[in-house]
Amino acid sequence: MSCCDPVASPVAAFSAAGRVVTLALVGNPNCGKTALFNRLTGARQKVANYAGVTVERKEGLFHSAGGRDFKVIDLPGAYSLNPLTPDEAITRDVLMGEREDEAAPDIVVLVVDATNLRRNLRIVLEVARLKRPAVLALNMMDVAARRGLQIDIKRLEQEIGMPVVETVAIRARGSDALVERLEAMANSVEASEYNGSGTDDCAVTQEEIVRILGAVVIQDARENTFGDRLDRIVLHPVLGYIVLAAILFTIFQAVFSWSKLPTDVLKDGVTAFGALTGAWLPEGVLRSLIVDGIIAGVGSVVVFLPQILILFFFILVLEESGYLPRAAFMLDRMMGSVGLSGRAFIPLLSSFACAVPGIMATRTIQNPRDRLATIMIAPLMTCSARLPVYALVIGAFIPETDVGIFNLQGLVLFALYLAGIFSAMSVAWVIKRVHGKSRYLPLMLELPDYHWPNVYSLALGLWERARIFLTRVGTIILSLMIVMWFLSTFPGAPEGATEPAIMYSFAGRLGQMLQAVVEPVGFNWQIAIALVPGLAAREVAVGALGTVYALSATGDDVSVALTPMIAETWSLATAFSLLAWYVFAPQCISTLAMVRRETNSWKPAITMAAYMFALAYAASFVTYRVALMLGGGA
Amino acid sequence: MSKNPDTQLAPLQVRNLSQLGKGESAIVIGLAETVDAEQGAIRARLLELGFAPGERLRVVATSFPGGDPMAVRIGNTMFALRRREAEMIHVML
Repeated sequence: MSCCDPVASPVAAFSAAGRVVTLALVGNPNCGKTALFNRLTGARQKVANYAGVTVERKEGLFHSAGGRDFKVIDLPGAYSLNPLTPDEAITRDVLMGEREDEAAPDIVVLVVDATNLRRNLRIVLEVARLKRPAVLALNMMDVAARRGLQIDIKRLEQEIGMPVVETVAIRARGSDALVERLEAMANSVEASEYNGSGTDDCAVTQEEIVRILGAVVIQDARENTFGDRLDRIVLHPVLGYIVLAAILFTIFQAVFSWSKLPTDVLKDGVTAFGALTGAWLPEGVLRSLIVDGIIAGVGSVVVFLPQILILFFFILVLEESGYLPRAAFMLDRMMGSVGLSGRAFIPLLSSFACAVPGIMATRTIQNPRDRLATIMIAPLMTCSARLPVYALVIGAFIPETDVGIFNLQGLVLFALYLAGIFSAMSVAWVIKRVHGKSRYLPLMLELPDYHWPNVYSLALGLWERARIFLTRVGTIILSLMIVMWFLSTFPGAPEGATEPAIMYSFAGRLGQMLQAVVEPVGFNWQIAIALVPGLAAREVAVGALGTVYALSATGDDVSVALTPMIAETWSLATAFSLLAWYVFAPQCISTLAMVRRETNSWKPAITMAAYMFALAYAASFVTYRVALMLGGGA
Repeated sequence: MSKNPDTQLAPLQVRNLSQLGKGESAIVIGLAETVDAEQGAIRARLLELGFAPGERLRVVATSFPGGDPMAVRIGNTMFALRRREAEMIHVML
């Protein structure tokens, strides 16, 4: 195909008309790709999936000052185009134009950490060999300059055969020079056949890197001695664990103590709103739907927003600071001893947000069997959807007393998270036992330099979390609450009924049927009903309890405050039993669907549901019986 | 590279990385050859990460007990390596 014939080349024709130019951001992990992505696309970025599922790729649009539209694709970080893991294969395939769902990008933006030219240059040289239009963004130039690095940019451009632009992605206007360059390049991008090759000889490339570095680096950067001094403590075989424990303690304390005021305000707001709406609406079905169904149900979930944001605040700070890989380093021995790959740490950590992105993140594990083991235990990490359930029960049953310097509620929450981790490790150990063979599992994890968390990206991250949570509340939780209300209201009570009307409804009857099953673990029929919609999303169980209890309330005493209600009606043994159930919480359809998708088989999904259900039942049973024996029956 | 580096150099000076202690510094002389495909992929990745002949590295931290895993600084980057990866890297003090 001739690239000069406008009729034969529709892409070139579009180009003249100012079509959208596709950019792909490519680079090593931790080089600031995502920061650059956010800087370029700003608030206009589109989150591809709910719950932050962006392992595959993120894309966003932006309109440059010069009037061009760009589409930016943020690809998974890769050290080279020889893929070792499934996520690196995605990067390679997109660049080579070998993916059916994604045309090859018009311009490749190679993002390079200037303080780490030596390692970053490999993928630059590999992409240069593809002979595609490319530009090199020399990122983190501020840090590099501070450490005394001087680079001969003109010479670097000659050596690698592509333009080089300095960027500071975390700073406002830090990408302006890059955008100007991209505008200039966009005007000359034409559809043509690129005949570069992707083959690579490791050793030859290494020699090339050393030669280029010798030519372009005028003054090398000083070593980051601050980081090394900090690491003497953080990575210390004894002090390191104390640091890790202190950080975790702080997080769980803060989830309760910092959230007190905003949570109370939200709770009071929901209660007042419910009372106001109840007084304003005429008595009848509509009032019941809005007050008992929607406000009581959705409201009881919304009040947990502050606690979820506090948890994510810490996760984001730890992520940005560079501490997380160090925690992986400290815990690696334990992971290895139960047969997990060192790479399992990051997917398991994502699972604290939600197991769905966690399971997707297992693509960074090369061996299929290690990957499966990690997938199987990912849902045992306490996901943020469990937090409302934990917080509700803890808030209702655990007094706000202090134990030494710790708050008792925070300690119980911490214990629940630990129980999840401990179960995960035990299950991993069993899986290792079943498979029998002990194999070598690589780690090779980068421990990046420490960074001060950037306020802008922190705010963006929290905003994204709040949006994901509220979207869930407004869509899936709201609709389930309406269904729940319907099932709990109809059919109505017969003439002369003595029990609350809900007992005669579909949900009430179902709950009473299930009661036989859940009685041994101490659940009442209200809990049994709430567990069913909890299948779709774990936090819905809280909303469902809100609706069920609002409807069970007799007379005009319509209360939407769930906490005092359960504190009054449940025994301590029941409360502990429910907490134990939720450590395992087998009911999450999206997780099971993701397991099916990622493993291409129903077997692991069914196995997972079965083993988690068995563990949940057993744990609740034991907890309930022990609590009863210790006198927790009242 | 077909010959074992141990036979070419004074044996006392040549170690593999896993034998270094915390704070010790050394120069990479090569990576162990292997015929195993999985090991080969790891070897290639180590090279890509910068564990190439002539590069200077330093052990920043070792875990307890047995120094597995270890944190190694090479160039301006630090990597955590498990013992088996470290054993593949031949170094000279």
